[in-house]
Amino acid sequence: MSRLTVPKTYKLYIGGAFPRSESGRTYEVLSASGEFLANAAQASRKDARDAVVAARSAVSGWSGATAYNRGQVLYRIAELLEGRRAQFVDEIVRSEGVSAAEAGSQVDTAIDVWVWYAGWADKYAQVAGNANPVSGPYFNLSVPEPTGVVAAVAPQGVQGGSLLGFVSVIAPIVLTGNTVVVIADERAPLSAISLSEVLATSDVPGGVVNVLTGSAAEIMPWLAAHADVNALDLAGAGAIEGPKGESWVDLQLAAAETLKRVVQPVAGIPHPSIDRIGAFVETKTVWHTKSMR
Amino acid sequence: MTLTHPVALAPTDRAVRLLGGDLTETALRLHLDGLTGVDAVGLEQRAAGLSTRSIKTSSKAWALDTIIRTCDLTTLEGADTPGKVRSLVAKAVSPDASDPTTPRVAAVCVYGDMVPYAVEALGANHGDPDHGLVSVAAVATAFPSGRASLAVKLADTRDAVAAGADEIDMVIDRGAFLSGRYGVVFDQIVAVKEACARPDGSSAHLKVILETGELQTYDNVKRASWLAILAGADFIKTSTGKVSVNATLPVTLLMLEVIRDWHRLTGEKVGMKPAGGIRASKDAIRYLVTVAETVGEEWLTPHLWRFGASSLVNDVLLQRQKLATGRYSGPDYVTVD
Amino acid sequence: MAFLEYAPAPESASILNLKAQYGLFIDGEFVDGHGDVFDTISPATEQVIASIAQATAADVDTAVAAARRSYEKVWSRMSGSDRGKYLFRIARLIQERSRELAVAESLDNGKPIKETRDVDVPLVAAWFFYYAGWADKLDHAGLGPNPRSLGVAAQVIPWNFPLLMLAWKIAPALAAGNTVVIKPAETTSLTAMLFAEILQQADLPAGVVNIVTGPGSTGQALVTHDDVNKVAFTGSTGVGRMIARQVAGTSKKLTLELGGKAANIVFDDAPMDQAIEGIVNGIFFNQGHVCCAGSRLLVQENVHDEVVDRLKHRLSTLRMGDPLDKNTDIGAINSAAQLERIRTLSDTGEGEGAERWTADCRIPDKGFWFAPTIFTRVSTAHTIAREEIFGPVLSVITFRTPDEAIQKANNTPYGLSAGIWTEKGARMLALVDKLRAGVVWANTFNRFDPSSPFGGYKESGYGREGGRHGLAAYLESSGWDAPRAVSAASTDSAKPADSAKPAKRSRKAVAK
Repeated sequence: MSRLTVPKTYKLYIGGAFPRSESGRTYEVLSASGEFLANAAQASRKDARDAVVAARSAVSGWSGATAYNRGQVLYRIAELLEGRRAQFVDEIVRSEGVSAAEAGSQVDTAIDVWVWYAGWADKYAQVAGNANPVSGPYFNLSVPEPTGVVAAVAPQGVQGGSLLGFVSVIAPIVLTGNTVVVIADERAPLSAISLSEVLATSDVPGGVVNVLTGSAAEIMPWLAAHADVNALDLAGAGAIEGPKGESWVDLQLAAAETLKRVVQPVAGIPHPSIDRIGAFVETKTVWHTKSMR
Repeated sequence: MTLTHPVALAPTDRAVRLLGGDLTETALRLHLDGLTGVDAVGLEQRAAGLSTRSIKTSSKAWALDTIIRTCDLTTLEGADTPGKVRSLVAKAVSPDASDPTTPRVAAVCVYGDMVPYAVEALGANHGDPDHGLVSVAAVATAFPSGRASLAVKLADTRDAVAAGADEIDMVIDRGAFLSGRYGVVFDQIVAVKEACARPDGSSAHLKVILETGELQTYDNVKRASWLAILAGADFIKTSTGKVSVNATLPVTLLMLEVIRDWHRLTGEKVGMKPAGGIRASKDAIRYLVTVAETVGEEWLTPHLWRFGASSLVNDVLLQRQKLATGRYSGPDYVTVD
Repeated sequence: MAFLEYAPAPESASILNLKAQYGLFIDGEFVDGHGDVFDTISPATEQVIASIAQATAADVDTAVAAARRSYEKVWSRMSGSDRGKYLFRIARLIQERSRELAVAESLDNGKPIKETRDVDVPLVAAWFFYYAGWADKLDHAGLGPNPRSLGVAAQVIPWNFPLLMLAWKIAPALAAGNTVVIKPAETTSLTAMLFAEILQQADLPAGVVNIVTGPGSTGQALVTHDDVNKVAFTGSTGVGRMIARQVAGTSKKLTLELGGKAANIVFDDAPMDQAIEGIVNGIFFNQGHVCCAGSRLLVQENVHDEVVDRLKHRLSTLRMGDPLDKNTDIGAINSAAQLERIRTLSDTGEGEGAERWTADCRIPDKGFWFAPTIFTRVSTAHTIAREEIFGPVLSVITFRTPDEAIQKANNTPYGLSAGIWTEKGARMLALVDKLRAGVVWANTFNRFDPSSPFGGYKESGYGREGGRHGLAAYLESSGWDAPRAVSAASTDSAKPADSAKPAKRSRKAVAK
């Protein structure tokens, strides 16, 4: 008789811990062929509220770390992902119903995308910042700074994207020192939670990445209107539909109340790009007098 | 705005020698504001550099004994009772009953109204730490906040001295300091120093707590250190231990630099006491290194150096036990106080 | 006074697993050289550590050929992302073996273990880490569209920071897609050999990095080799001048990082205790064997006596001795030759009328040692105010006004670095504008970071190492988006940009 497995319980990832939803709700995660895989926590608006609190308290420590340190921490995630490749491949095969080779390709790409972004941490300021030759006896310097807390929607239901889509959204946000509250792919959330386990055992401080599983249509309006969220990444929000027919445009409208920075939805998986880094930074310019007298 | 007469200050010997006979708040302020600044990055780097010293074998053994010998074993809780004070005193006199080579601490430090119990418990062991006895230090002046009238603060001091305290740890008025009323801070220290006088002409030693965590900037700490010394402090002390930021190595280094400069200027030696947050032997040894390399190792003696600590002594005892036996020890082998 | 003498706290050398003899590292393997083997010694004890192979011109030729082959067939065809992965591996391996590397460097160079452990080796790992991330982002480096690698780089490095200088050279070269032949300094080849072992552990393709050990003549053969596209040299201005002559008329690109005679400028409002630390760090860190050392203290005349007094007092707790003792601050002078140079120049200083003061340090019987020394009453006309001593010798000169400080600071053919100590921001920034130096440190000194460009003005050399600027030496833009007519008329830039495909790279000298 074959060995009985010990199935994993999948929970939310907030503030470095794995709580269940405060609402107690779960929903079934099914494989591509309709088999039961797991009960995932169905996040509520209160979970989202708690995640924002966790994300906010992590900003000062994460943005206060040196860029080199953030780059090192992020690179280590890539090492851990590489080490757990088989686990991720297995989860994708069951979730997306693809072959092991295709799943392996997705995992490899996700790791490479992660490494690409990690390498930007201690360089972005050199490309996005500069001295300004103002007319007058002043030292003048422009530097990029993280905007703070970002709420993001990972690509939803994209074939080949349950891990890669997730990684492609959160990496460019956190490398500059932002923290993120991200809603994973509703139908295929397991890779995102397994990645959270990697984060929890890495040097990434709790609260830098917070992962909610469940309905983006239910949760995002609360995050879009939340006054303590600085920016929205609507990458995977293109097809969401609320109970009264609301769309991602309504999220952007809600965000306008507090003048959040908003990145609109993309089709499929966002490409690695320096623009995605820049969307979540502010530029600070400082002047200082200069005189020999 | 009219030009008024500068406010006169109580003329201490030190202040008059440095600033002139007509000692005023204006003169004091000009001096303090004229001190060169402190670069925090550089100061913290120097402290970090001193922390890399590797103190081993015989140096370590000497260091561990010196830590105990210069410790003010402390209890400052609202819940203190005569029983608690007696227990502390017993530990002060015999830190490690299993090892008679263990030195005694320098002093016990308690609230003013607990002084009589400490004196009584010490009995024949009460006296000068330079002679192997244990003295009694009392916090006073509405410790830790210092927020009370001068009359209350002086009464607090006199009571403790009358009850037998050898040393008074006072707090400066941080509100006055941060609002620029240096003269008020100065005069209060002078008044407390006077309240330390005994009928026989002797005087309790005065430690002046700057509460560096509330002063925040190193420039403020430098100014407050000079101010306290000019006002007559025997010791300058970092903190009460009751706020979130207490003694740190950089702030201690800075205060030692002021003590060094005062010594170079006048030949006088002022003492130093970091208090609060020093729990591990390893950290305490770094403080000893900092003293030795800044003012010189002649400062590493009870009449010029104290650690304000409670749990530090037990960690040092564990280290002493390891040096003696070769194996790591554990909490069951040191006593609670 | 027992405590301050501190009991010995030796770092154990048992972590090392050294060979008795090392070969050249060519095409991924250790091979014998054709020259006479030579010894590398510990400058603290004069004991032999290992034997090192000597590369002849023929060996250099073999190494360049290996670099050329791996460039054409492997490295220039590899994606930036993969090049980056190799560099990340190297960075991690250095971190893993950092204690071993620190001990080896301290043993071979003579510098204190405290420095190699806390400064040199961490920076080495950081340099590789930083440049690893650039390998697949070259289009964003601000060096023009489609930047291309140059080909084979010939690199010659000095003895003062052996492994760190190796990192400064190899990391950006590889990130940019070039292959390398590098010659370590004759007295300090050991960590380069350990680095070669790390390259094998990283599985770096053979021939991408080749290490040819030997004396000056090996370096000569390397930089004059016809089939290198780029020459990078760090060392004395004298040799740098010679190399500049040798590449004149060829199409080899050249960067030089040479000597310096930096001014450390202290104003009366300087944060005094930190300024003293900065002065001490500036000239006595690494025994003064630092091109950017703050070897001239320019102190405002009204605080001269106080500063000198505090300096001398500060030197009383500096510890000179066994480099492997964790409490040692000042290590050994790297060689007998360097010690002789320092002595001669110091005697000249005395002879010309400067006043000499030396810290009270016990000098061990064996090894090469020079106690920290301060010369006061130095004038700008004195030899020791102009010549680079490259040892723990400070020359103190005064100034009255900021203008005079600038005038004296810039009055030198060198221009590598400078320090400014003042609490006044406006003055600091104005002085920064006027100082003719490639690196200026304000209220600090000797700070290095892989993201921060380093290099000199004037005879301190040209080119920058570190940062985005550090890539420029190893890349060329394959052409701006110029109008059609101009493109057709030009030669190189007419080719379509394709950074994966190498252009024909052999560079014969145009004229000799």
